[in-house]
Amino acid sequence: MRMALTAASCMNTDTIVMDDFLVRAVLAGVGVAAVTGPLGSFVVWRRMSFFGDALAHSALLGVALGLLLGIDLTVGVLAVAVIAAILLLGIERRTGLAMDTILGILSHGTLAIGLVAVAFLERVRFDLLGFLFGDILAVTAADIAWIYGGGAVALALIAYFWRPLLSATVHADLARAEGVPVDRVNLVFLLCLALVVATAMKVVGILLVAAMLIIPAATARPYSRTPERMAVFAVVISWLSVAGGLGLSFAADTPGGPSIISFGLLLFALTTGLMALRQRHSDG
Amino acid sequence: MDQVTRAGEPIVELSGVEVRAGNRVLVTGIDLSVSDGEVVTLIGPNGAGKTTLIRAALGLIQPSAGISRRRDGARIGYMPQRLNIDRNMPLTVRRFLGLAGAFEPGARARVLEETGIARIIDSPVHDISGGEWQRTLLARALLREPDLLVLDEPAQAVDLTGQAELYRLIGEIRDRRGCGVLMVSHDLHLVMSSTDHVVCINTHLCCAGTPDTVSRDPSYVAMFGESVAETMALYHHNHDHAHGVDGSIVHEHGHDRHG
Repeated sequence: MRMALTAASCMNTDTIVMDDFLVRAVLAGVGVAAVTGPLGSFVVWRRMSFFGDALAHSALLGVALGLLLGIDLTVGVLAVAVIAAILLLGIERRTGLAMDTILGILSHGTLAIGLVAVAFLERVRFDLLGFLFGDILAVTAADIAWIYGGGAVALALIAYFWRPLLSATVHADLARAEGVPVDRVNLVFLLCLALVVATAMKVVGILLVAAMLIIPAATARPYSRTPERMAVFAVVISWLSVAGGLGLSFAADTPGGPSIISFGLLLFALTTGLMALRQRHSDG
Repeated sequence: MDQVTRAGEPIVELSGVEVRAGNRVLVTGIDLSVSDGEVVTLIGPNGAGKTTLIRAALGLIQPSAGISRRRDGARIGYMPQRLNIDRNMPLTVRRFLGLAGAFEPGARARVLEETGIARIIDSPVHDISGGEWQRTLLARALLREPDLLVLDEPAQAVDLTGQAELYRLIGEIRDRRGCGVLMVSHDLHLVMSSTDHVVCINTHLCCAGTPDTVSRDPSYVAMFGESVAETMALYHHNHDHAHGVDGSIVHEHGHDRHG
């Protein structure tokens, strides 16, 4: 009787613990997806997927910096991402190199330097894989505060600058001629992107942040007639991916971040396939 | 109070403008001005710096020398060259026009009627024809109730009949609204009848004046002799067999005077 009771209470606390981290994981995923939807749409419209990737890769350097200086890692990542974004803009203007070449260099260059830098921090307990691929089941309350705080700031900025941001995306010169402060708007966008990279990293990891931005937005595109609808659809699709990915992760003990992205890819493949079939049907 | 002087003041005025990209001189020593109700056409071969000059006139780039000045409070409607919207961005004509910002109520209905695009207002921008797209761009420029229209090759990707129609529309808009027009064009023969002043550039200012004077100017003939002869041949083939390509510049009427 006593033993049974202990077992029961044991099970009870067990489910509570399980629920707790699952709730945190769901909260984190939902929070990140709410921001990656609209931001990712802009990344797709501006053909900046490689740029997002480069920013994300620089994040490892931010982690190393954070550990080295003993500051909050998210702050370190954010700082490096902002500097990288501004550098990238400057380099594009000043060198004759094609943007994709510059991004290729910086994206993998910063990742390499980041890996070297963290190797010097051997004494620090450090989960490299967790940073590279995310560890959504291990997010803390502080992480969630970052995700929702940073996400709210990014969403508010994007909403406030929505029309000028769209206008600058469609044609920078036309926007400028119509009085849009294009450089300032672009800077705001980059800051938001850096913020999203720094917070989304905890959920899907440095290597998969760009996928979280692009795949849901690309999935939403064929079903959208307006930019607003595409941004909203991208959020919904991201939420579905988070739900599916977390479900898979929980049931089959697969890594959280990659599961979310895999589920997103599955949705993309299904909807694209469906679209192609329908097209063929209407053509035939 | 300074209404009188205002009226005489050009909407945009460039004097001695030079623009460089690094060490390369894109345009140099250009004088140009557009007043109310005036249509100024900028012509020149590819790479002559026409778009550069337009951007300097709009204040989008700073000249490395000379002055580019716009009248205080002048509203400018701009139609850029080769504006292609990424297929990844879903956008209807209505939303594209909305990007122009806040405009007066009723302005859109008027502009839609003027440019004749009311029919396609809810179509995706990717599904409309080249001519409809150019009209949409023109509509966006007009939504700002501009004092000056700046049109960078407004008739690109438009078939020949559509081109003539578009230039006629631009002339009508000028007549109705009394705004100034600064436009870039490759085809002087098409815009001649609706142009007051032609500025011909090839990095430097070659010649300027009425369409008539410019078409007689030796530097214009030297620059365009061959290429114009080609386009005119095409033009005459399609529209006017009566006038062959003879290089003659003595005809005094119509748009084929510099044939």
